[in-house]
Amino acid sequence: MNTEIKILDTPLDVAGCIDWVMSPDAGGIDVFVGTVRNATKGKPVVRLEFEAYEPMAIKELEKITQQSFAKWPLIRVLVHHRIGILSVGEVPVVIAVSAAHRDAAFDACRYIIDTLKQTVPIWKKEIFEDGEVWVAAHP
Amino acid sequence: MNINILAFGIAKDIFGSPVIELELTNNATVSNIKYLLEQRYPRLKQLSSYMIAVNNEYALPEDTIHHHDEVAVIPPVSGG
Repeated sequence: MNTEIKILDTPLDVAGCIDWVMSPDAGGIDVFVGTVRNATKGKPVVRLEFEAYEPMAIKELEKITQQSFAKWPLIRVLVHHRIGILSVGEVPVVIAVSAAHRDAAFDACRYIIDTLKQTVPIWKKEIFEDGEVWVAAHP
Repeated sequence: MNINILAFGIAKDIFGSPVIELELTNNATVSNIKYLLEQRYPRLKQLSSYMIAVNNEYALPEDTIHHHDEVAVIPPVSGG
């Protein structure tokens, strides 16, 4: 197996994700770690809540990782996304990609996170001191 | 036929429930579902956009719905 996709309701293990994509024929690993930021447009964020339509989210992530293997010579790809309540500094997403050469790993990692944000049915609610907002819901 | 519609994110808040039931004619399309939902829940029209998924795939407006399909409202996604 060269791909691991998981949606988890427990803290993500960044070191474990990197270990999973390691391979003797890899020349490098590229890792994207998303973190919960403490403010949006200057307004302090108390916490985030993530929700997923899990079977469809897994299916969409499988499409993205398959496209990455078709586009670049990759060795292993891992995507872990967390759901539930996350505090500032916690990690909602980890993407790790190994390849023989770094260009493929960098390009694929960026493609996966950018496409995930556009197509995968996962939603984020920002909770402020005075209210809450589903991100991107309204124009 | 009666179809359950799953809702996520802000759609769940608009429906006040993670699942609602909608009565459809046979051969109803995704467009028909959107029309009926917007009649019942006008706040859907205020969203930036929203999609309908059928059996875990994004559906096209002309796709028809069958009795045992899993149908979901997908408001703008914001993962990552």
